[in-house]
Amino acid sequence: MVTAVTSMGRSGLYDWLMQRISAVVLLAYFVFVGLVLLGGVDYASWKSLYSQTWMRIFSLMALLSLGVHAWVGIWGVLTDYLTERLMGKTGNVLRFVFQMACGLTMFTYLVWGIQILWGY
Amino acid sequence: MRLPITAWTSITHRASGVFIFVGMAVLIWALDASLKSPESFAALQTSLDSALCKFVIWAVVSGLIYHSVAGVKHLVMDMGIGETMEGGVLGSRIVIASSVVFILLAGIWIW
Ligand code: HEM
Repeated sequence: MVTAVTSMGRSGLYDWLMQRISAVVLLAYFVFVGLVLLGGVDYASWKSLYSQTWMRIFSLMALLSLGVHAWVGIWGVLTDYLTERLMGKTGNVLRFVFQMACGLTMFTYLVWGIQILWGY
Repeated sequence: MRLPITAWTSITHRASGVFIFVGMAVLIWALDASLKSPESFAALQTSLDSALCKFVIWAVVSGLIYHSVAGVKHLVMDMGIGETMEGGVLGSRIVIASSVVFILLAGIWIW
């Protein structure tokens, strides 16, 4: 079995499952927030929703899921297009660079999100 | 390019996934502004009045809607439903039709 160092769990099946679990969490979160927004919010109600512990847990879960989901998702895309077969050694370098850029972005989203959730 | 409908929904799912990964920055920025203070909440509402801002939010939300609807199709097919050629084509049609409806509704709601 091929294990790729940059995949999430070093195994395709594990990644596949994490991709599905994170997708469901993200879907639940976006549908929920979408419905709340559709219902109409003002600052006070919005703020009080986000000061509930369960809402912070739910939001953090969504952020972590975003990280996992995007890592696996972008990995799938990069390993399809930026490859040694298509562009030689440059492919490996580029792929690594992009994966790191994606990781950095995700990490930024995560820390930024935590700051929003607990900072205000 | 002439590709089967299933190929189009698949590549669009991929493109939308990459797009919303970047687009999340916009949504997190909006969340930030909405929670920071009553003033920034009001400022966010004001900037959401501009056509450009509305368009950007709508674009990200549209990407999210398409990706989610096509994502649900993935999950349904992973459960073994509709894993035939006809099922795939029908699934793709359902994905496109319902995404268009949701995206239009989102547009109406934002404007
Ligand atoms: C929140 C932001 C999201 C981002 C940034 C994102 C990003 C991505 C990316 C880049 C891929 C890889 C696409 C490919 O390989 O073709 C992907 C795959 C996937 N996404 Fe998302 N996604 C998000 C939300 C969701 C949601 C809400 C669902 C809901 C069902 C979902 C379901 C899926 C599924 C099922 C796959 C796997 C497709 C496959 O196996 O080919 N995603 N996502």
